[in-house]
Amino acid sequence: MANYGSNELKRGTKILVDGNPCNIVEIEFVKPGKGQAFTRVKIRNLINGRVVEKTFKSNETIESADVIDVEMQYLYNDGELWHFMEPTSFEQIACDKSAVGEEYKWLKEQDSCMVTLWNGAPICIVPPNHVILKVVHTEPGVRGDTAQGATKPATLETGAEILVPLFVDIDDLLKVDTRSGSYIARARD
Amino acid sequence: MREPAISKSSLFGGDANLWQPTATLLRLQQRAALLQQLRRFFAERGVLEVETPQLSHAANSDPYIESFALGAAARQESLYLHTSPEFAMKRLLASGAGAIYQICKVFRQGEEGRLHNPEFTMLEWYRPGFAYRQLMDEVEALLSRLLPSAFGLQNGEAAERLSYGEVMQRYAAVDPFCATPAMLDAAVAAAGIDLVQRPEAAPLDRQQQLDLLLTHVVDPALKRNHKVLFIYDFPAAQASLARLSDANPEVAERFELYLNGIEIANGFAELTDAAEQQRRFHAELALRQQRGQPCFPIDNHFLNALVQGMPEASGVALGVDRLLLAISGADSLAEVMAFPFDRA
Repeated sequence: MANYGSNELKRGTKILVDGNPCNIVEIEFVKPGKGQAFTRVKIRNLINGRVVEKTFKSNETIESADVIDVEMQYLYNDGELWHFMEPTSFEQIACDKSAVGEEYKWLKEQDSCMVTLWNGAPICIVPPNHVILKVVHTEPGVRGDTAQGATKPATLETGAEILVPLFVDIDDLLKVDTRSGSYIARARD
Repeated sequence: MREPAISKSSLFGGDANLWQPTATLLRLQQRAALLQQLRRFFAERGVLEVETPQLSHAANSDPYIESFALGAAARQESLYLHTSPEFAMKRLLASGAGAIYQICKVFRQGEEGRLHNPEFTMLEWYRPGFAYRQLMDEVEALLSRLLPSAFGLQNGEAAERLSYGEVMQRYAAVDPFCATPAMLDAAVAAAGIDLVQRPEAAPLDRQQQLDLLLTHVVDPALKRNHKVLFIYDFPAAQASLARLSDANPEVAERFELYLNGIEIANGFAELTDAAEQQRRFHAELALRQQRGQPCFPIDNHFLNALVQGMPEASGVALGVDRLLLAISGADSLAEVMAFPFDRA
C-alpha cells in the first residue's frame, strides 16, 4: 500500500486513519517560525460519514486508502443484497445494507449510481440527485385546496415516504430530489 | 492587468489559467509602496542596507527548518539556499559595519500553506548596542507608521506585551517552564487535539508539545483577542541564536510580533559567545541525526567571526509578505504574492 508524506496531503486525498478509509475535506499547514510543523486536517470517515479533526506531525507518513468511485447501474434487490453492474465491463457487485444505508429508498432499477469501492469492496453508494418514482399509495386530496402549498404524505414504489401536493394521485410519476428527499414535480412518461 | 482567460484547457498542457498572478494589481502596488516605506524608515535612522549571499556552502542546522540543497555540477560539494541572512549579516557586524538591514528572498523547504510559501521575502535588521526590549520599541515605531488605523497604534496606543509564560498560561492553561510531560499531554487532550502518529514514532518532546498547543490553541485565541502583540522571554530550549537572560537562565531574550494572531517577526538579543554558539550547533546536529534528518555543514565563517568578536547587538527578522497580508487585510499569502509556489 502506498504511503503519503504529510506534506503531500491535499483536499480529496483518501487516507487510512484508525483502519478506516477517510476523505480529506479541509487541510491547513501550521508552524511556528522556530518550531515544529503540523498538518491539521478535517476528514470524513467514508464508512460512517462522520467528520473529525486530526493532526499529523510533519514528516509523518500516512497510509493511503485504495478508494475509488465507480459509476454503476442498479440492477435489482434479491431481498438481502442490492446488485449493481459496471456498464462497460458488465462486472457485477453486490452491496449489503451497511453500504446502501438509507439510500435504498431512491434506488430504481436501471438508474445510474456512484458506488464507492474500498479495496474493491463497496462501502457506500450515492444515488442520482434526481429520480423518477411512481406513487403507490396516497390519500385523495381535498378538491379546491391546491393553491396554498398544502401537502400530504405519499408512499413511492421504492418504499420512500415523501410529502407531496394535494393534487398528486396514486400511479403518478414524481421527480424527487434524493439529497433532500423532497418532491420537485410531476413527471410525464 | 489582463482579464482572466476563459478557456480551461491548454494548448501546452496543464491548466491554462495558472499562468496568471494570484495577487491583484492593487496588492502589487501596496507591496511596492511597503518596500519604499521600509527603506525610507531605515534611511532616516541611519541603518545601512546590505546584501549578502543567498547561496552558501553552509546550511542552517535548526532541526525545525530545512534548507534547499543544490547539487553543484562542477564541484564536489553541495550548496544551500539560505533560510535567513543571519550568519552573513552577523559577520558584517563582527567586521564593524554598524547598524544594518537587508530585504531579501529566503528559502525553506516543505513550508507551504495559507500562511507559508517555501520562498518568501524577509526583512532582517541588526542594532549593535540595543537590548532586545529597545529593538521591540523600534519594531513598534515601524508598525505605527505602516499599519492602518484599525490596528490602533496611531492614536498613541501601545502594542500589547505579554511573556511567553503568560500567554501559554492564559490560553493553554499550562506553565511552559514547570509543566511535566504528563501535564502537557493532559492540556493537549483537554484541547481536543488528536495527533495521529505511527506506533513506532517517537513521542513528542517538550518543545513539540508546546508547539502543538501554540499552533492549535494559542494562535487562534491570539487572533480573537489581540491585534498587535509582542510575546517575549521564550524558554531557553527555544533560544535559537538568542542570549539567555542573566537574571533567569531558563529564559531566552527573544520576542515575537503577532498581528491578528499571525506570527510576523522574531527577534532577540544575539548570542555573541563563539563556544556556546558552537555547542548549540552541535546539539542541533545531534538532534537532526537522532531524528534521521539530513545533517549539513555548519557555518565556520560565522563561528570564526564570533571568535574575532561580534558587538553586543539585537536583531529581528520580519516576514514582509505576512506584514503586507496584515496591512492589506488579505487572508492568504497567495493574495499578496504575484506567483505563489504552486505557480512558480
